Amino acid sequence: MELYAILKITWWLLLGVLLIGLAVMVGMDMGIGAALRYFGRTDGERRAVLNMIGPHWDGNQVWFILGGGAVFAAWPTIYATAFSGLYVVMLLLLWSMIIRPLGFEYRSKLPSPSWRNVWDWGLFVSGLLPMVIFGAAMGNMLQGVPFHFDWKLNSWYTGSFISLFNPFAILCGLMSLSLALYQGSAMVMNRGEGAVRERARRLGVWGGLVALVLFTIGGFWVARLSGYVVTAGDDPAGPAMPLHKTVEVAQGAWLHNFGAHPVLWLVPVLTYVSILLGAWALRRGWSHFAWWLGALGWVGTIGTVGAAMFPFMMPSSSDPSQSLTVWDASSSQMTLLWMLGWTVVFVPIVLVYTSWAFWVMRGKVTAAHVEGDDHAY
Amino acid sequence: MHDLQTVLVLSRWQFAATALYHFLFVPLTLGMTFLLAAMETVYVTTGRQIYKDMVRFWGKLFAINFALGVATGLTMEFQFGTNWSQYSRFVGDVFGAPLAIEGLMAFFLESTFVGLMFFGWDRMSRGKHLLITYMVALGSNLSALWILIANSFMQSPHGAKFDPATMRLELTSFTDLIFSHDAQAKFVHTSIAGYVTAAMFVAGISGWYMLRNRHMELAKRSFRMAVLFGVFASIGVISLGDALGFIDGNAQPAKLAAMEAMWKTKPPPVGFNVIAFPSQKQQRNLFDIQIPRLLTPLVTRTMDTVIPGADQVEKQAVVRMKDGIPAVLALKTLSADPTNPAALAQFRAHEQDMGYALLLERYAPDLTAVTPADYQRAARAVIPDVPVIFWSFRVMVLAGFVMLLYLGIATFCSMNNKVQERRWLLKIAPWLIPLPYIACEAGWLVAEMGRQPWTVYGVLPTWMSVSTQSVGYMVFSLAGFVLIYTAFIAVEAYLMLKFIRKGPDEGAAPAH
Ligand code: HDD
Ligand code: HEM
Ligand code: HEM
Repeated sequence: MELYAILKITWWLLLGVLLIGLAVMVGMDMGIGAALRYFGRTDGERRAVLNMIGPHWDGNQVWFILGGGAVFAAWPTIYATAFSGLYVVMLLLLWSMIIRPLGFEYRSKLPSPSWRNVWDWGLFVSGLLPMVIFGAAMGNMLQGVPFHFDWKLNSWYTGSFISLFNPFAILCGLMSLSLALYQGSAMVMNRGEGAVRERARRLGVWGGLVALVLFTIGGFWVARLSGYVVTAGDDPAGPAMPLHKTVEVAQGAWLHNFGAHPVLWLVPVLTYVSILLGAWALRRGWSHFAWWLGALGWVGTIGTVGAAMFPFMMPSSSDPSQSLTVWDASSSQMTLLWMLGWTVVFVPIVLVYTSWAFWVMRGKVTAAHVEGDDHAY
Repeated sequence: MHDLQTVLVLSRWQFAATALYHFLFVPLTLGMTFLLAAMETVYVTTGRQIYKDMVRFWGKLFAINFALGVATGLTMEFQFGTNWSQYSRFVGDVFGAPLAIEGLMAFFLESTFVGLMFFGWDRMSRGKHLLITYMVALGSNLSALWILIANSFMQSPHGAKFDPATMRLELTSFTDLIFSHDAQAKFVHTSIAGYVTAAMFVAGISGWYMLRNRHMELAKRSFRMAVLFGVFASIGVISLGDALGFIDGNAQPAKLAAMEAMWKTKPPPVGFNVIAFPSQKQQRNLFDIQIPRLLTPLVTRTMDTVIPGADQVEKQAVVRMKDGIPAVLALKTLSADPTNPAALAQFRAHEQDMGYALLLERYAPDLTAVTPADYQRAARAVIPDVPVIFWSFRVMVLAGFVMLLYLGIATFCSMNNKVQERRWLLKIAPWLIPLPYIACEAGWLVAEMGRQPWTVYGVLPTWMSVSTQSVGYMVFSLAGFVLIYTAFIAVEAYLMLKFIRKGPDEGAAPAH
């Protein structure tokens, strides 16, 4: 295979890694934010829960920022088309996300209960909404989005904002929220004690089971969705230009890859096995193990979507031949190569100091600890 | 409704407003991280508790500011895609790279360690904690480096070439991209502007305490460190500002003409307008006060180089528009038939002026029938808003010299232990806190408005950069930002003032 084609596939895989990093780390924080009022019934308990991720939420959030930056650099046409096409959804995502930094930082700065209540609800919204939107966006990609290009490759979105919240997309959104609640619960069990830990156990098990049910329904649904097939003219090593291929729409086409390579079925199976095992581990109180199984669950989920859609990344429902694929939405060879170099050097470094940061802050966090620490949230 | 004109104006307002807002919080982060690191260094080397108290107190104010820096930064990351999608697709291959590296190299570092900086005091040795504080400072300054490399690509594009096969700019040299002179000067000027900001902030609040005889030990030491740090920083910001002006003169003659309100090209050496009332309509200054012969040596470092005025810039632009038309016409053919040899040859012969023809297209949508009036209007558009740029520039420079003067005197008095006797120094200190902020915002106005009508200077005009949104969506988003950002700043200012009034460690404070 030619270098350019290999680079495109590598970056497609790296995008998967980033999305998984985002889903696991940011999802965990969002799950905790969304269920903060459930985990903690008293202000002391809530502060304890917040401080479990207090030192980490900002670092975790960079998975999200880097996700944006990497799509911009490696898949600029997708960045441009998706962000502008899904305008209102993106703004809702953004606005709910920007409440979070203030929620963490400002909530406990004043003693007033109503002040803290407001920020608790802020954290609820900024945990719940982004995870639903994140999943719904995936759902929309699976269904195709109505957009096309003019001759200057300016993209035009022709759907309505409401149509992005169709039943299938909402199903995906709820699935992603459930997994986030699972992941957050595992973390709260790791670091929490007593009643807080018990509540987390209950929510985590439910989150995992609901996610599996939704994943199953989603699977059958996808089998009946219209999938997309490239029929001509999308050269893997060719220039990144989406206007010169033909694409056909066929019901069930998202299962073609699985048919051609049955080994791919292992990917959705991974989701089932890890989440089932994870829910069981949570029940037994093995929350560290369950946390890692949750991460594997995300690998399976995002991997399933990727395996089904490859080589499509953002299909167009209104002009299928202008869909964006791995072969025609990427950056140039030189950019992909340079960015790969930076990634290979820096991602391991980031992983090392992130792990170190979690290790330094390890251990239980309780209301009593928080009261004693002048710098706690 | 896809009314390009309205969408363009609203998108520009939205970007400008959110960017200027982001930059209300950025400079303090850039400078404060280094001041905190300096204070903690003294704590670790001398072991004196007061310096740890300083780090913790200023750290608290830093954290309040930091939260908004993060929140508003997220907006910036989104907006290229949501509102400037045509731009993003056109330059993503080049511009996206520094943005992604910024996340990878800088944000991870800054954000991971900022958590440990606040939460890790009791979990590690002093030396390790100090190292972490330095990592935060390094991270925030690296983020400035990469974002400014991205920004200076827009100001003077290096290392990229338009490829008709993909209809976008593609990277030709990564090293040209990151080692552009503009990027280096911009990085140093902007990050040092942040240090000046932190110095003025800490000095202002410390002065206020000293005037009221509160927290004297802490305030005196903070004041001294801040003003000392500030003197060097303000000398740096002024020297680098001068260098930026020099680079601008070469890279963007239109911006330079606007900064100096130079309408006509005159034989060198030309005078420097200290004060002028430029009229964009009449293309002249209604009034001006000049220092003769000064401008030429300032911006060219010689006595006999001609500095092109607005008239010259416009003339040049028309020549390039005419030359660029065949390139754009060829592009249309190439979009449908990418290997057409005749179109390719025609494109290659005129590609260096393609941007100017794209600019012209806004005034003459049919490039095969351009009238002299169209050229005239397009040429006028090449000159950015002179009055705003001229005055923003002077405000920034004046602020720089006023701060240098203050910081110089304050350092001198502080070193001789005379600050408490010079009460006026303490009295004006809090009132000077807005100065660095005004200078920073003015600086961005010069840099960004001076780049108009381009998003990538000479290559991609602003009107072609905007997303195809409807007016309704734009009104919705703009209104949302105004609402949310107003609430944010109210909360931030309230907390900031509350914690400043409360001061370090007095009374039974609720835990932080
Ligand atoms: C000269 C410096 C500078 C400039 C021009 C910009 N920023 Fe910024 N940004 C910073 C300097 C900075 C910083 C000092 O590093 C911040 C402020 C607070 C913080 O956490 O980091 C930051 C925060 C920050 C964050 C949050 C990071 C986090 O969660 O830790 C994002 C996503 C951005 N910025 C993105 C942008 C984009 C897309 C910009 C371009 C328009 C931009 N910034 C302009
Ligand atoms: C945070 C500091 C920044 C401030 C305060 C700032 C300020 C501004 C202003 C005032 C405008 C409006 C110009 C006009 O419409 O007349 C603008 C436009 C713009 N700037 Fe910046 N800018 C900042 C950073 C950046 C950076 C770092 C980049 C690139 C990485 C950038 C890219 C743009 C773009 C794409 C536009 C929109 C197109 C345009 O109107 O020119 N800006 N900015
Ligand atoms: C004598 C003093 C100064 C001179 C000659 C000067 C010069 C300049 C010039 C020419 C630019 C435009 C750069 C461009 O077009 O890309 C600029 C931008 C800027 N200035 Fe200054 N400046 C001075 C003082 C200051 C001070 C005191 C501050 C803040 C404390 C400041 C903050 C900024 C910022 C934030 C920008 C925008 C970012 C950039 O373009 O680098 N400047 N300055």
